[in-house]
Amino acid sequence: MTLKQTPSQTVGPFFAYGLTPEQYLYDFRQLVDGQMRPREDMPGEAIRIVGRVFDADGQAAEDAMIELWQPNAAGRFNHPADQRTERPLIEGFSGFGRFGTGTDPDARFIFDTVKPGAIDDRQAPFITVIVFMRGLLNHAYTRLYFSDDQAAQAHDPVLQSVPAERRQTLIAERRDTATGVEYNFDIHMQGERETVFFDL
Amino acid sequence: MSKSDTQPQSYTPRDWDSMAGFIDSGYKSTGKRGVSRNLLEINPDLAALTGPAFGAESVGELDHDLTRNGRVNGEPLGERIIVTGQVLDEHGNPVPHTLVEVWQCNAAGRYVHKKDVHDAPLDPNFLGAGRCMTDAEGRYRFISIKPAAYPWGNHPNAWRPAHIHLSLFGPSISTRLVTQMYFPDDPLLAFDPIYQSVPAGARERMVSRFSLDVTEEAWALGYIFDIVLRGPSATPEA
Ligand SMILES: [Fe+3]
Repeated sequence: MTLKQTPSQTVGPFFAYGLTPEQYLYDFRQLVDGQMRPREDMPGEAIRIVGRVFDADGQAAEDAMIELWQPNAAGRFNHPADQRTERPLIEGFSGFGRFGTGTDPDARFIFDTVKPGAIDDRQAPFITVIVFMRGLLNHAYTRLYFSDDQAAQAHDPVLQSVPAERRQTLIAERRDTATGVEYNFDIHMQGERETVFFDL
Repeated sequence: MSKSDTQPQSYTPRDWDSMAGFIDSGYKSTGKRGVSRNLLEINPDLAALTGPAFGAESVGELDHDLTRNGRVNGEPLGERIIVTGQVLDEHGNPVPHTLVEVWQCNAAGRYVHKKDVHDAPLDPNFLGAGRCMTDAEGRYRFISIKPAAYPWGNHPNAWRPAHIHLSLFGPSISTRLVTQMYFPDDPLLAFDPIYQSVPAGARERMVSRFSLDVTEEAWALGYIFDIVLRGPSATPEA
């Protein structure tokens, strides 16, 4: 190692016009948002992910930014490190989303995406979640698993490495609504239900 | 996304000796928002070795020039600056073709953000947001206005030193970095809990240096800010 890493700093409260400008109605082109399923006919199950980020007092943060990173419905990542051609890439699906909690009256993040496929035979389907906000000096990585994948989760090596009493913090609850399938994934920074964060 | 010949099997861990703790006694809002339990170790898999790839088409013609991308009827006020540097990994290898996003307050210390209530003037010709890509050698460059200090509510008479916020991806989500660039010889650095949250010896890496070579005559002052991301810890055999 010849060089040392640049330290991380908080994203602060004012990231919106730089990182999520169109969502917050600023006049600057946005590269990415919560719409990760730009086509109605995108292969895979259309799902919506909603949740909030709670602090130690149970207050929902109105200035958090969430990023999601996931493979497509076939379990393939849109990235050159994933060369598994037997799992097809899907045109128009990048697998990346970003959303700030400052525009929803209930401070929710909202993503429309497709349910990811499992990336291998061992792991259950999941999405990597990254949390940024004022008061968070280093971004925090967690994983979102799906409540209807219990069988696969029983032998998932990452989930099984999580203490049993904390595993539930990583499970998004499925709800069938009039407008489609919704998963609720609340993130607790601290307290009894503190979300499991990973040293990714 | 640039094609690389060797795909890493993992990235070096975050260098926690160079990072702030999640909960910092000087920076109040970390008390209720910082992660309080230990992070769980995880074996790197494809989910950690991959990440979003932004191509050259992501960046518009004026995106790198904050003195022009927010103009309405004239030039923004303040001291013009050029900020440039190289994005490298820990091995000293350039990180090519990666997205650098920036945002900052104006020359009076005011953010365009609707929630910024600091009683300093907005500049109708300055937005304060930009982006650029690194080139094949990992170099980036943008043009802006020197941001000013601004007050915040952390403690009595609290002022943030002038800074520019930066967001980078690098080749995977493991290399993701959000940081702040500071200016040399700023007396406020000694009193800023956010800067001071990073251990001494590491926090200095967030301070840019003035460069007369980058400075352009009769036009803008030049600052150099190199950024080091996590690097591959192993590469597969050919
Ligand atoms: Fe700031």
